[in-house]
Amino acid sequence: MTSLYETRRDPAAADVPTRQITVTVNGERRTMIVEPRLLLAHMLRQALGLTGTHTGCDTTNCGCCTVLYDGKPIKSCTMLAVQADGHEVTTVEGLAMASELHPIQEGFRDEHGLQCGFCTPGMMLASKALLDENPNPSEEDIRWALSGNLCRCTGYQNIVKSVMWAAEKLRSM
Amino acid sequence: MTALDEIKIGGIGASRLRVEDDRFIRGKGKYIDDIVLPGMLHMEILRSPLAHARIISIDTSKAWQIPGVRMVMTGDMMETRNLAWMPTLSYDTQAVLATDKVRFQGQEVACVIADDPYIARDGVEAIQVEYDPLPAIVNPWQALAPDAPIIRDDKLGQENNICMNWEVGDKAGTDRAFEQADVVSRLQLHYPRSHPSPIECCGSVADFDPATQKLTVYMTTQAPHIIRAAVALVAELPEHMIRIVAPDIGGGFGNKVPVYPGYVCSILASILCRAPVKWIEDKTGNLISTGFGRDIYLTGELAMRKDGRILGMRMHTDSDHGAFFSDAQPSKFKIGLMHSTFACYDIPYAHLTAQGTYTNKAPGGVAYRCSFRVTEAMFFQERMVQQAAYDAGIDQAEFRRMNFVKDDMFPYRTPFGFLLDSGQYAKCLDVGLQAIGYENFQRQKEEAKARGRILGIGISTMSEPLGAGNSREYDILGIKMFDSAELRVHMTGKAILRTGARTQGQGHETTWAQIVAHELGIPSYDVLVEEGDTDTAPFGMGTYASRSTPVAGAAVAMVSRKVRAKARKLAAHLLEVSEEDVEWELGRFYVRSSPDRGVTIQECAMAAYSNMPDGMEPGLENNAYYDPPNLTWPFACYIATVEVDPDTGVWDVLHFVAVDDCGVRINPMIVEGQIMGGLTEAYAMANMQFITFDAEGNCVGANYMDYLLPTAWETPGWELHEVVTPCPHHPIGAKGVGECAAVGGPAAFVNAVMDAVKDYGVRNIDMPVLPDRVWEAITYGRDVSGAPPVKTDAE
Repeated sequence: MTSLYETRRDPAAADVPTRQITVTVNGERRTMIVEPRLLLAHMLRQALGLTGTHTGCDTTNCGCCTVLYDGKPIKSCTMLAVQADGHEVTTVEGLAMASELHPIQEGFRDEHGLQCGFCTPGMMLASKALLDENPNPSEEDIRWALSGNLCRCTGYQNIVKSVMWAAEKLRSM
Repeated sequence: MTALDEIKIGGIGASRLRVEDDRFIRGKGKYIDDIVLPGMLHMEILRSPLAHARIISIDTSKAWQIPGVRMVMTGDMMETRNLAWMPTLSYDTQAVLATDKVRFQGQEVACVIADDPYIARDGVEAIQVEYDPLPAIVNPWQALAPDAPIIRDDKLGQENNICMNWEVGDKAGTDRAFEQADVVSRLQLHYPRSHPSPIECCGSVADFDPATQKLTVYMTTQAPHIIRAAVALVAELPEHMIRIVAPDIGGGFGNKVPVYPGYVCSILASILCRAPVKWIEDKTGNLISTGFGRDIYLTGELAMRKDGRILGMRMHTDSDHGAFFSDAQPSKFKIGLMHSTFACYDIPYAHLTAQGTYTNKAPGGVAYRCSFRVTEAMFFQERMVQQAAYDAGIDQAEFRRMNFVKDDMFPYRTPFGFLLDSGQYAKCLDVGLQAIGYENFQRQKEEAKARGRILGIGISTMSEPLGAGNSREYDILGIKMFDSAELRVHMTGKAILRTGARTQGQGHETTWAQIVAHELGIPSYDVLVEEGDTDTAPFGMGTYASRSTPVAGAAVAMVSRKVRAKARKLAAHLLEVSEEDVEWELGRFYVRSSPDRGVTIQECAMAAYSNMPDGMEPGLENNAYYDPPNLTWPFACYIATVEVDPDTGVWDVLHFVAVDDCGVRINPMIVEGQIMGGLTEAYAMANMQFITFDAEGNCVGANYMDYLLPTAWETPGWELHEVVTPCPHHPIGAKGVGECAAVGGPAAFVNAVMDAVKDYGVRNIDMPVLPDRVWEAITYGRDVSGAPPVKTDAE
């Protein structure tokens, strides 16, 4: 069990309510004691050390913190960790299949779909959710599906190409 | 033996996939918030809710009582350590934590250090501050009013709200040019305040080790070496005991150049708490307190002959700098490189005056994806040029062509003293016009008009000064603007390269290795590039203003040549001939008279450690400090076609063509990525992205709900073309490129909309060209200004 507050020097003095939760993260069941107010994004980053999930804006606009929640893309900065109790979460660290890169990861690399890399994990997970539902998306489908994720570097054109690349590879697999 | 294929070894011209991507696509980048040190505490900042107010009292007692709160810092505490104020990059001062009064909404007032970030935030909420509100000043006209309150009453002798006056050019000559003019065209516009807004906010992890007295600061900075110097001077710590590390950076765009109070507070907190202290800014904090771009009013006129030849240009700017004059710019130039305006046009006389004012808004004036105010300069230039073409009754493309600096005029001295290095301006324009189908579009436009549809075409052509310095003219706080590289070739022929720059997405880890491959024939995948750690990297001025390739990239080429010079001596030794008899081809030295006899660069490297000639110093490494002889002058031609819906004022981009001449392209894939990113920021500024303030100085645009950034859905597609005019003074012929599209792009969109609506009697709509502004312009047949009284979405 991991506690977010194991570093707190005087836990007895801190009279904070806690809850025990169990979340399946990237296929692994993880049980934790957390404060009810802890955000899911912070649980992933701080309690589990999965720092691939970034937080960018705090208001559910930028989509950096996008993870898959029971297969659906959600913004983990606006969900409480306790709400994920009993659910499955996939982060960027769970995207690669065994030792191999997921085609979406390959697509982003091969089509130069990232620059600073900060939005990339969220972009890739939103893309995965799209391709799970629609294996043959149009450019318009992709742009719409990713419209909840902001990128300041690429201008999106190469991100669209990356997702197209991945869709084609996934279809041929 | 044949020479190496440069593309195969990932040299210049190869669209090599990026090395850095391997970690980013796995979620294994190491950004500031990913850094966790043992015993680390967390800091949160209390910000002022008011734009202008005297501080009556700050009560921190409740915050201290929260379990897990380790320390609360206020301005008074900073003052006892002489740290309440810090110098800015423009020779002004900025409050670290407010003592006397707050001067903008979001100003840092206190900070709380606690065991975790949630407790630190609890602590911030428990602090009680009593303010006595003062009238807020939110634009230069209010600032200049005779009865305006003095914002900077902390400064001895500051009796008004003016922070700078500046002038350049030939006033008398320009006045004469206007007397001789047949046509004078005028334009007045506002370039609204914008925030660079990288998705990752600012942050730091300060780690002062009491045992060794060494301070390590991990920090979101585009210029770690400048920060080290600043910390040494401000905090009076010995420079060799300060280590600044810029980890992976989630976008910079100029926002991560200045020193922010949060960094300083985290450093002091670490020293006082004797523990590492992490500060991660939230989005609102980033948007309302850190370096903005633009916020300037530009007025100018062009004197022309009847045939459209420009005789003279005069211009005045009124810039709003916020509460502290902290523009990040070379110290000689008080309004950045504004005087690069009209550089690509052959104009005999020009004169520019500039005045800057303090207001109760966030400080900054950073070079937001631009080379120090060049974005405003080029936007005004291209809006003015289109207006002048209309006023002179000449086609806008022809007007540009007629007035361009011609290919045989380089090097060309502009009336403001810049020296243009090279270019093929007319060729770039032709490529653009052909790609967009210029003549055909004019027909389409007429046909569409007959059916009640409104189309427009906008052109923007400009040459941008990129890659400061030379050191004679360019310095920041007296530190000359050069850059550096250090190359160490290991005995097996692999190498490590370090530079004084710091990538934030530009792909240095990939492209610098390509320059080494080009110069030495060591495949780029055998070269590790490392930046951002001041303990290991040579001193450099950092990455902003598109200066990395022009300056640090040149240093990479020069250090590679120094290494090659030593390798040549080793080759001569191995081949048992004199150095003069050794020839070089990519990756290999050979005997001139017997080309089959040769040694590879890798064999030379091994010899440097195992078989050097008598008297030769072992090893194969060197460093280079590069002081560029001039700026590089890339050129760009951007053309947009748009359709405006007269019922709603909404405009859509039909087609966008970009022609960039940035000289030799090291990695075409990365260059194109930079251009597309820049175009998207240009589109954002033209269409939606601005920060404004209400009359009380409240920031309207303090989060991503109110500060609109384009998503994949709105962003148009980009069609890219290239022209290559190698830079004559850069060792590999490259010019800067990262910002051209963001600099030149906005005018293409705005010009296209203006072209569409000019039959309605509209001469100007200020950015962002929002649908309601377009609708108002069309409906009432009038210009729509963004100048005060400031219109906002809320009205």
